[in-house]
Amino acid sequence: MTVPAQKPVRKLSMKQRYSALTHDLDWTPTYVTEEQVFPHTTFEGIKVHDWSKWDDPFRLTVEAYNKYQAEKDRRLYAVLDGFAQSQGQLGLTDARYMNAMKIFLQGIPIHEYDAHRNFAYLARYANGPGARFAALCQSLDELRHAQTEIHTLSHYNKHFDGMHDWHKWSDRVWYLSVPKSFFEDALTAGPFEWLIAIGFSFEYLLTNLLFVPFMSGAAFNGDLPTMTFGFSAQSDESRHMTLGLEAIKFMLEQDEDNLPIVQDWLDKWFWRGYRLISLVAGMMDYMLPKRVMSWKEAFELYFEEQMLGGLFKDLEYYGIKPPRHVDWAIGEKEILSHQVYWILYQYSHAAAFSTTIPDAEDQAWLEQAYPETWPVYRDTVWNKAQRVMDEGGRYFNPGLPQLCTVCQIPMGFTEPGDPLTQCQRQSVYEGERYDFCSDGCQWIFDREPVKYRQSWLPVHQIFQGNCGGPTLPDVAAWYGLQPGDGAEYLGSPDHQNWLAWHGQAPQEG
Amino acid sequence: MSVSAEPRPVGVDLQENEENRALVEAIEADNEDLNIRHMPGMIRLTKNGRLVINQASVEARLGRPWETHEFQLAIISYFGEFVEWDDDQIVIAWNH
Repeated sequence: MTVPAQKPVRKLSMKQRYSALTHDLDWTPTYVTEEQVFPHTTFEGIKVHDWSKWDDPFRLTVEAYNKYQAEKDRRLYAVLDGFAQSQGQLGLTDARYMNAMKIFLQGIPIHEYDAHRNFAYLARYANGPGARFAALCQSLDELRHAQTEIHTLSHYNKHFDGMHDWHKWSDRVWYLSVPKSFFEDALTAGPFEWLIAIGFSFEYLLTNLLFVPFMSGAAFNGDLPTMTFGFSAQSDESRHMTLGLEAIKFMLEQDEDNLPIVQDWLDKWFWRGYRLISLVAGMMDYMLPKRVMSWKEAFELYFEEQMLGGLFKDLEYYGIKPPRHVDWAIGEKEILSHQVYWILYQYSHAAAFSTTIPDAEDQAWLEQAYPETWPVYRDTVWNKAQRVMDEGGRYFNPGLPQLCTVCQIPMGFTEPGDPLTQCQRQSVYEGERYDFCSDGCQWIFDREPVKYRQSWLPVHQIFQGNCGGPTLPDVAAWYGLQPGDGAEYLGSPDHQNWLAWHGQAPQEG
Repeated sequence: MSVSAEPRPVGVDLQENEENRALVEAIEADNEDLNIRHMPGMIRLTKNGRLVINQASVEARLGRPWETHEFQLAIISYFGEFVEWDDDQIVIAWNH
């Protein structure tokens, strides 16, 4: 009797494994209708004929997902631990750098959690197994991002102000209503609009502008934990970008009738996302002591070249046009960061971050990065702010700003081509007047006035008596702000601590 | 509907660290006319048309087995589409 030589077990190819562990685990319900199992995927008007056409180009299986995510976390937590153990906060470029991180860490982790919830919902309610599994992975990723950001924050909270009540602030403080209203706008949309809002417009189109230059900036300013969680999150983000791209292509390929709906969502969410990340513009150009690139350069590289020059040429095939109001955004690239930081500067007495006038080194950098526009702002606002400082004061705007009804940023943006004339748009709906910072925000309101008339606008809420009282101390107490959280950086507890820490350090050689 | 004929750039941003050195070298070797830009903590590789990552090239430089899924540990961002992601190769290009 001959024993046949044992053949080596042939492994399935990546394609076969993916198919076996996602699509092949799906079944068609027989006791109930598809509509009963998946009741939320028709009301938005998107027509889908074949859900099996939704594939994940990453070909990720649950086994590979667990293996690589575990490795990412191992690497990340080793860095966080090493940073804490070695007192890494002492090696930052400057304590004022932390103000940029405060805005990020106050504003973003809670919405990572929102994204976790909504992708978990999609992991249950999307009809196709490819879409459900990709959404499940993203849901777990978003939870991981919330956790790693909070973990990073928890170390800094031991050493800096402006970190202790981020969760409460996210619900209450005026500038944090900007990200909150953005994500809650998306959460309250239907599943397909969510995919275009977050999956495509935010993740694919715009998130590079938030994470890549900013996290590289963290690396440049000695902020190892932020660089590491940022790049680690961003490695998941590549998959999220792919899901977003897959989502828009899937909708466009399934039925021609989907095109106008998708284009409308794209127009809306491009502008929503762009206004949200204008906060990043102010942070990049004014709040990092050492800068990797200017907002303008990042916008040109990551948006104009990659997206307008690359992606939208691809989407043209389906009849998709570049987003409405994109020219307005391009026209703002020279002025956006100046305007945003001036808003932050004059209202930071009611904030959980501090600001200061750009010093000589900052001004030299701004001048070479923005030779045309920086001198305008230097001469019109910063020289005046400096005179107030020289006389022993500090300019804060004593009034409450009017907020844009849609993006919720104080009205500080200007007319296209005219950086000294404030832009103000108004719409009247059922006898009430609503105000906007731009054509983009007005267009969004006019499409869905019933939704945006419900905006929780922090300034309106103060006037309506819902925020602790009518005076600044009342509101600050209701926000949960403590002395040192906001206002001027120079002389703040963070600044004084920083000087003391380094004064006590041994002198160099 | 028009389909653009000239090749458009695609690219990938990777973490610049020791772990990824072999990967970057493999991409450099397998892609002619690659543009490289260093930024703090990261390296940006762009190229007109198609960018290819070959498992064999990475393994040859790394001296150990490397599955293409491992690319997920290195990548920060990309532009273009993953038109191919198999056991032996990853290809980034535009589809249309």
